[in-house]
This record gives sequence, structure tokens and C-alpha cells, in this order.
Amino acid sequence: MTVIFDGIASGMLLFLISVGLSVTLGLMNFVNLAHGAFAMFGGFVAVTLLNRAGIPFLAALPLAAIGTALLGVLFERTLYRRLYAATHLDQVLFSIGLVFMSIAGAHYLFGPQQQPLTLPTFLQGQINLPGLDMGVYRLFLIVLGLAIAFGLQKMVTGTRFGAQLRASVDNPRTARGMGINVDRIFTLTFALGTGLAGLGGALGVEMLGLDPGFPVKYIVYFLIVVAVGGSGNITGSLIAALILGVFDVAGKYYVPQAGAFVIYAVMVAMLIFRPQGLFGRKAAR
Amino acid sequence: MIDLTPLTRATRWHPAELVFWLLPVAGYFLLQDNLVLLTQIAITALFCLSLDLILGFAGIVSLGHTAFFGIGAYAAGLMAAHGHGDPLLGLLVAGICAAVAGFISSLLVLRGADLTRLMVTLGVAMMLYELANKLTPITGGVDGLQGMEIQPLFGSFAFDMFGKTAYWYAVGVLFVMFVIARRLVHSPFGLSLKGIRQNVGRMPAIGAPVNARLAAVYTIGALYAGIAGALLAQTTQFVALDVLSFNRSAELLLILVLGGSGCLYGALIGTIVFMTAHHFLSDMNPEYWQFWLGLLLVLIVLFARDGVMGGVRRLGALSKGGAKA
Repeated sequence: MTVIFDGIASGMLLFLISVGLSVTLGLMNFVNLAHGAFAMFGGFVAVTLLNRAGIPFLAALPLAAIGTALLGVLFERTLYRRLYAATHLDQVLFSIGLVFMSIAGAHYLFGPQQQPLTLPTFLQGQINLPGLDMGVYRLFLIVLGLAIAFGLQKMVTGTRFGAQLRASVDNPRTARGMGINVDRIFTLTFALGTGLAGLGGALGVEMLGLDPGFPVKYIVYFLIVVAVGGSGNITGSLIAALILGVFDVAGKYYVPQAGAFVIYAVMVAMLIFRPQGLFGRKAAR
Repeated sequence: MIDLTPLTRATRWHPAELVFWLLPVAGYFLLQDNLVLLTQIAITALFCLSLDLILGFAGIVSLGHTAFFGIGAYAAGLMAAHGHGDPLLGLLVAGICAAVAGFISSLLVLRGADLTRLMVTLGVAMMLYELANKLTPITGGVDGLQGMEIQPLFGSFAFDMFGKTAYWYAVGVLFVMFVIARRLVHSPFGLSLKGIRQNVGRMPAIGAPVNARLAAVYTIGALYAGIAGALLAQTTQFVALDVLSFNRSAELLLILVLGGSGCLYGALIGTIVFMTAHHFLSDMNPEYWQFWLGLLLVLIVLFARDGVMGGVRRLGALSKGGAKA
């Protein structure tokens, strides 16, 4: 039971980080391998605020998200938008370039070691039920993840912005013709995606660790979530992330010698038999 | 009657090409102290050539080309570590292993579009990395594969500590493989690959079996990569887990776009420029080399998509235009 619980918690974390990628990769059709770099940025913002400025954890989280979102807007405005129409290969090369730069930058600013993070006391400790030990922080992650998933789903299906986003993605030209400012929608969406990545990165310091290698170490996990969950599908991403989290934690717990092998094998098999993902629909363009 | 002169002219060796191949000879005499680096350049050039065949000519994007490099390196390494140290035999076996792996994975890779291909190739390479990492008794895991004994080349040229034999061996293999690749891309087969890259929809209409051709070139690319990996293993007498790392795949892509993909000399020149820059920059500042690497990638994508060879071609066009005017 505890294994499943931990798996769900780490799945929630994966979901938070990858849902932004699911939007850029799945809906806007941009292969952004630098997504992990944004998550890392959020993590570093949170750690710096906590350890150097002494800002409380709960306040540092939204600041990390906002900071990363602003960085996302900056990059989208100046660089990413030039490459929306480029080939996938160009997008891959470009984002790998960003990843390399972010790794070296993090190295330069923070050094190669893992960053320490101390949780506030009310998030430490465990709740012990018969047969189930729940870490308070993990419970916090699960609740937060569910809340955000619910909020996003409501936003995409229920608000004017969500409708405009779906229209822009399905057919940018027609959307533009209807008077929707597609550029602005994409910028906002990109900001939302990177902001969530930043939040996830900040939340993940405790569980995934944070060092300059972060963007490469976890990029495959994020890609798997998107690949399995289907493009731009929030519920799909959530379910895929949960499955992945549970399998990953259970795998490490029960068959440590297999390592991450199982996860990669599942991804490749998945992509071959259902290229559009478990719950996917066809991407635009 | 169709006029084939442009095609036959392209097959003929240009004088500049002959000059280019004098470079390794000149390099041997002028840079005696740097033979190890030059050997590395030759090996990476061969590896890059293999990516050029599948990406530049056939248009298959791959983020996991190291998979075949690694297979070749481990195959040759394991052979040598278990007493079969003949270098050419090792090369052959490594090439065959990689080609078989390439053929099998081509069945997976060719099923999807760009995005799926990226992820499948990446996934396959990561799987192999994990496998090599976990099979410590066979591969040595993180510590690398050691204890290789390479017999003298052709039974008479031993691998010396100055790397002279290794250098000529690597350059010789590179040259032979290059000539074969050159024949290949100018053959009808090579032309059909270009056609596939430029217009997938039309190729079946003129009777080209698209998937069979792509599978074939992917297998050949894997063979080349395997041989490059084997060369690395044999000349350094060591196989590090790093041969399968993601960074190596990414770096290789960078080298290829730096030189200019879709042109065999692009792969070679890109490697020379990149490795030389790497050598000098990481001497000055090893830790942040990666930063400049990333910046370079971003700049290439934004401003100079066709690489060094594209620049050369543009210069050539300019001077021709100037001559006419």
C-alpha cells in the first residue's frame, strides 16, 4: 500500500511538470526538450528564496512558478516563436542547445552538488494508518496535484480562454480569422506550461533532487508521460503520470536490478502500438 | 534519351576532394604530438558520416544513434577482452552486430512520423544504456570495459603507445568507408533516398519501395556507426559507458548540422571544426564548454541552418556570379 501511495505521489509530481510539455508538444506541436530546464529553473528559484532570502516554503512555491512563467514568456517571445513553423529536427537541436546552456549555467551559479531543501515542520513527518504510512509531504503533493488537474481541466473545457486555446490549436488560421489573437494565446499557454514546470520543479526538489543534470535526467520521463497520455490531454497526462509513478516506484522497490529499463521498454512498445497515446487525439498541423 | 551528364559529373572526384584527403597525411607529419586527437577526429568523422547517411540523405531523425556506436564498441571490446583480438575481425563482427540491431530497430523506427521516431530512437538508446549499466559482469558497468588485448594489425603492425598504428588504422578505415558511402549516395539507391526525403508522397508513384529503402539505409547507417564504435574501442582499448550516453547523440547531431547535413564532406568538416574547437576550448575552460556548445546549437538553428558546407556553397555561388559579371 505504501508503495502505491508513494508511486501516486511521485506520479503527481511528474504530472505537474509534464502537463506543460503536453501542451507545447502535444497541442502546439513543438518538440521542446528544454522543458526540464524550466523545471530546474523553478527548483533553483525556490531553493534560493528559501535558503538565502528566508522566504517561507509556501510563499516560495508560487514565486518559483511565476518566475519560471516570466522566463518562459521571455523565451517564447524572443526565440521559440521563430521556430513554430520549423522542422522537428530544428526544434530538437534548438532545445538541446538550451538544455546544454542551462546545465552549464546551473553548474556555474550553483555548483555540481545536490541542492538542500528543508521542508517546513508542518509538511514533515508521517501519518500512520493500519497498513499505510503516508508522508505528509506526499499527501500534500497528491492534493495539490489533483487540485491543479481539476483546475486545468475546468479551464480548458469551461472558460473562454480554454475555448480560444482549443480553437487556436485546432486551426490557427481560422481562429485568427475569428478575431482570436493566436500569438497571445500561444504565449500565455507557453507561460502557463513553463510556470507549471517551475512549480513542479520546486515541489520536486524534495523527491527528485536538484542538480545541474536535472534537465537530461528526467526528460525521458516527461516525454513518456506525454507520449502515453496523448497530446494535450490533461486527464490522459494525469493517468499516464500516475501509472508511470507507480510502476517506477514499485520497480525500484521490488526489482531494483531492472532499473529504468522497464520504463523505457514500456514507452517504446507504447509508441509503436498506439503512436497517438492511450487517450490521444490527433495533434494539430 | 535522358541527359545524365550532371549525375555522372557529380560522381567524378573533384580535385578539391583529393587535396582534402591529403590532409590526414599532412596531419601525420605536422602534428606528431596530437595523433591521439587526430585519431579521435577520424573516428568521430566516421560516426558522423553514418548519421549523415540516415539523417542528411534519407531524412530519418534520430536522437539515439549512439545505440549502434555503443553496440559496435562493446562488441569489439568484448571480442578483444575474450581473446579474439584481431582488429579487422573485431571490426567486422561489430559492424554486423550493429547492422542487425539497426535492421531490427528500423522496423520500429519507420512505423512512426518524426516525433515518434525521435522518441523511439531515444528510448532504444536509453534502454541499451540501462542494459550496459546493469550488466556489470559482462560490460563492466560504470567502470567501463577493461582488459582488452588487440593483436597487431595484419599480424605485423602492433598498436604502439604513440598511436601511430591506431592513427593510420582509423584513417584507413574512414577512407575506405567514405569511398563506399560516396559510391552509395551517387548510386540510383542514393538518389532514391534523396527523392524520399524531398517528396515521400511521389516516390511510390515512380516505383520506389519507400520503406524498404529507408530500412536499408538505416541498417547501413547502423553498420557504419558500429564500425566507428569498434574503432574507438580498439584504439583506446577501453569502452566507457559513455559510448551510449544521450550527450553523445546530441553532440553528434550538432557536429552534423555544424558541417552541413546531406553532404558527405559536411560530416567530415563538421567533425574537424568541432573536435578542434573542443580541444582548445575545453583546455581553457573545461566546465563551461557545454554552455558554448549549447549557444552554438541555438545560433546554428536560428541563423545558419546549412552549416559550413552551406557557407562554402554560397561563397562558390558568389564567386561564380562575380566571374560572370
